[in-house]
Amino acid sequence: MTVAVEKPEKTQQTEKPAPPVTRVRQVSRRTMVVAILVAWLVLFALLRGKQTLALAAADLTDLHRWFNDLNDSIGANRNSNPLFLYFFNEIRLVIDNLVTFVQELISQPSGTRPVPQIGWLGVVGITGYVSWAVGNWRVALLAVAGFTFLGLQGLWQESMDTLALTLSAVFVALLFAIPLGVWAGLSDRFNRIVTPFLDFMQTMPTFVYLAPMTLFFLIGPASATIATVIYAAPPAIRITAHAIRSVPETTVEAADSLGATQRQALLKVLLPMSKRTVVMGVNQSIMAALAMVTITALIDAPGLGKTVLQALQSLDVGTAFNAGLAIVVMAIVLDRVTTAASTREEAARKSSGRFLAWRRPLLGAGAAVTAVLVYMSHTYLWAAEFPGEGTAGSKIASAADTATTWAQDNLSGLTNAFRDAITNGLLNPFQSLLTDSPWWLVGAALIGLGVVLGGPRAAITTVVCVGLLVGTGVWSDAMTTLASTAVATVLVMLLGIVFGVWMGRSPLVDRLMRPTLDAAQVMPPFVYLVPFLALFGATRFTAIVAAIVYAAPVAMKIIADGVRNVPATTVEAATSAGCNTWQIITKVQLPMARGALTLATNQGLIYVLSMVVVGGLVGAGALGYDVVAGFSQGQLYGKGLAAGLAIVLLGVMFDRITQAAARRTSA
Amino acid sequence: MARQARQWRVGAAGIAGAAVIGLTLSACGGAKVGDNSSDAGGSDSSGKCGTFNLAVNPWVGYEANAAVLAYVAENDLGCKVTKKDLKEEIAWQGFGTGEVDAVVENWGHDDLKKKYITDQKTAVDAGPTGNEGLIGWYVPPWLAKAHPDILDWNNLNKYAAEFKTSESGGKGQLLDGDPSFVTNDEALVKNLKLDYKVVYAGSETALIQAFRKAEKNKEWVIGYFYEPQWFMSEVPLEKIKLPEYKEGCDADPEKVDCDYPVYKLDKIVAAKFAESGSPAYDLVKNFTWTNDDQNVVAKYIAVDKMTPEAAAEKWVEANRDKVDAWLK
Repeated sequence: MTVAVEKPEKTQQTEKPAPPVTRVRQVSRRTMVVAILVAWLVLFALLRGKQTLALAAADLTDLHRWFNDLNDSIGANRNSNPLFLYFFNEIRLVIDNLVTFVQELISQPSGTRPVPQIGWLGVVGITGYVSWAVGNWRVALLAVAGFTFLGLQGLWQESMDTLALTLSAVFVALLFAIPLGVWAGLSDRFNRIVTPFLDFMQTMPTFVYLAPMTLFFLIGPASATIATVIYAAPPAIRITAHAIRSVPETTVEAADSLGATQRQALLKVLLPMSKRTVVMGVNQSIMAALAMVTITALIDAPGLGKTVLQALQSLDVGTAFNAGLAIVVMAIVLDRVTTAASTREEAARKSSGRFLAWRRPLLGAGAAVTAVLVYMSHTYLWAAEFPGEGTAGSKIASAADTATTWAQDNLSGLTNAFRDAITNGLLNPFQSLLTDSPWWLVGAALIGLGVVLGGPRAAITTVVCVGLLVGTGVWSDAMTTLASTAVATVLVMLLGIVFGVWMGRSPLVDRLMRPTLDAAQVMPPFVYLVPFLALFGATRFTAIVAAIVYAAPVAMKIIADGVRNVPATTVEAATSAGCNTWQIITKVQLPMARGALTLATNQGLIYVLSMVVVGGLVGAGALGYDVVAGFSQGQLYGKGLAAGLAIVLLGVMFDRITQAAARRTSA
Repeated sequence: MARQARQWRVGAAGIAGAAVIGLTLSACGGAKVGDNSSDAGGSDSSGKCGTFNLAVNPWVGYEANAAVLAYVAENDLGCKVTKKDLKEEIAWQGFGTGEVDAVVENWGHDDLKKKYITDQKTAVDAGPTGNEGLIGWYVPPWLAKAHPDILDWNNLNKYAAEFKTSESGGKGQLLDGDPSFVTNDEALVKNLKLDYKVVYAGSETALIQAFRKAEKNKEWVIGYFYEPQWFMSEVPLEKIKLPEYKEGCDADPEKVDCDYPVYKLDKIVAAKFAESGSPAYDLVKNFTWTNDDQNVVAKYIAVDKMTPEAAAEKWVEANRDKVDAWLK
């Protein structure tokens, strides 16, 4: 699962009317794409079923066996290897101590105390105070209400465990991410080197490195935290680098001409000026960390993820939903607080000066109140343990159960018809084209499309990726996954355009939709797997639907943003020229938001790919299943790793092609 | 100057206000942390047993074993039980590092036994749990009733067309489950010349949901399943007879053409734990019960939604004689 709420960089240039020359080139590009597809279809008809590189579920290649042996020898030698004794074990110790410290502070009994050092009242107090101090009173109110709600759900301790793990992971991630991000922002060369690593860290399915993680760092919070750090650091690095880059050149030059040293320029000019964007990076890190909560529960990470997974064992949708909702609430609180923090200074400057005069004393008073609350929650049981039985939680659970049962009973016939239409009409033909064509034909077609759509540099990436995909030994599974991924992306884009345009044109719709979209992105997919299984059965289509739930919100947000950025004057001009609404959308707003559409396709595809593994749990088979199997069975470990690499390769290939295509269309 | 004074006054008022609230609240304070030290009981009796690290693999039957063992270890032996939710592979890894003491429902896993018991010598066998594990192909009860002859594998091809789905490419669909399950199904389909395709649902959840829905809507589903399993008490699936198992007929994974053997489920413990002299080890070693016992506890957890602790307590208090036999 990738970053929960990725904010697209708002760099859509205002489009200039395309000169006639590019129009000619565009048409010819389209003909070339058609020519490639026709040639592919003809050759497919002739060569069907030959050289497909299919591999049965239990079969292994030499590469897979080699990965297995590597894994085994690490496991067998971990107590004698100096690398472990002096490196991995030390890291583990430090992180373990950090997590245990935070846990004893807010979630777990510490020492001889039956409760943590700070009870619920103290945590709620601190949350409210900090939110107010770094943001504003509105967001503080939201934070207090949100955290209290977690207690009412009957999930206080689980939530605090999740919070402890998230905070520790984000703290460690930022320790590395901010310096690396600054470096990447200052040096183009370092940026080029680090980008592929970041791509790798974000697209490699977590299941692949979760098992080795326990080999290196043992079972428990340390492994879980490190897995989370790997996933949560890249967005912070990228956004920090972006922030440093966005500081206007003239400002830096001015500092230089005043004789500032490099160090002074960095500390006094670059960092303060990019502070606001860096805070957004922190926000993204937090969201990514929360997305890992349910996955790390598979290696015994404490918290809400455990509740979700345990409820799933007995298909208890209600309980899983209740815990999932707690994750959503926590994500929304943390998201809004950090967002408010990033815009606070600006907002404060705008507000009246009289308020500023009151701020200091109010902050002092707030700190005193908070200290009292913390003291009480440390001392008295009623303030330490959340009172009540969490009745709200059981009500939510039973409501979710009722809703699910209703949907399963009443919609099943309808959904099956829809599923069969998509599967037979779109998915099956496309999949057989990809899996039954000889591998070199598919490879050649992909490279051809890369050249035409993305240009020579994207083509080189495609050649490398196709070659490595063949090397992983899971080519056939990769093609099956590719087919489902492509179909899911098409559906994501359809939904994205419909709702994105609607949201872009109406601020009211936008405001109503946003919370739902946020929730869809943060809700752990494990929660909605059970109802989806009931509606669509264990099929590839179920996996596609799950991917759509996760990926469509991103596409909608980006497209809505693109539509909103179309200059109002242009729309007015079109209206006065007598265009009706339909014409404005199709002839003006969508063409002018072309950059946003390509970006939405890119992000949609990457998000869909990140759900491949979840799809493997509900009948999608192929790469997703291979990865899950590798996590569960020793002799399939190497194959799972290879399948994970294949997912990364698919991701990199499509990211490079669509990005290059986006640059070309907006150029 | 005047402004500064005002600031000071506001600040003081704030602090005073907070102090007043604080005092009022602490006046009606209530129980203090650490007041009733009897809460922290158990910790003093942990002298001999110490901490018992129990792996909990992700299925409800296992959870039932673990819940009962944890309950007895805590209440009768005064151990501090730490449950760790882990998949099998990772739980076995934990034997060597001292993070896992026992796995209390193991299904076969000869590869893991070779790796950790024979080669690395970090684990030892602690005997059977008394449960018999059945693996095989199952159909929902309505189907077995409507077409009784389907329970013989010889008739499966007759019905293949009925099991077709959008995933099975024109053949009948045989639904398989979680990748960690032991399965020979692809070889079986090939070697028994069945007109079926194995489709991987990918998780136990998907499998149970498929059977549940099939029974409710009278749909045709055939798939891999196993006993003991709590779901059987909700929907009693019927097992299909495959060619009888004979010693060694599954020796070559490519050529399997017989039913799955009956698995004697067993317990595996860390070598260090076995030598530690902990009473928890004796408990694990002596622990045996029947499939029915496990199903009862599993049903408490999965269907009646009791916590594992409450489910274990209910069963243990009702079956004191069995528990006492483990403790002697």
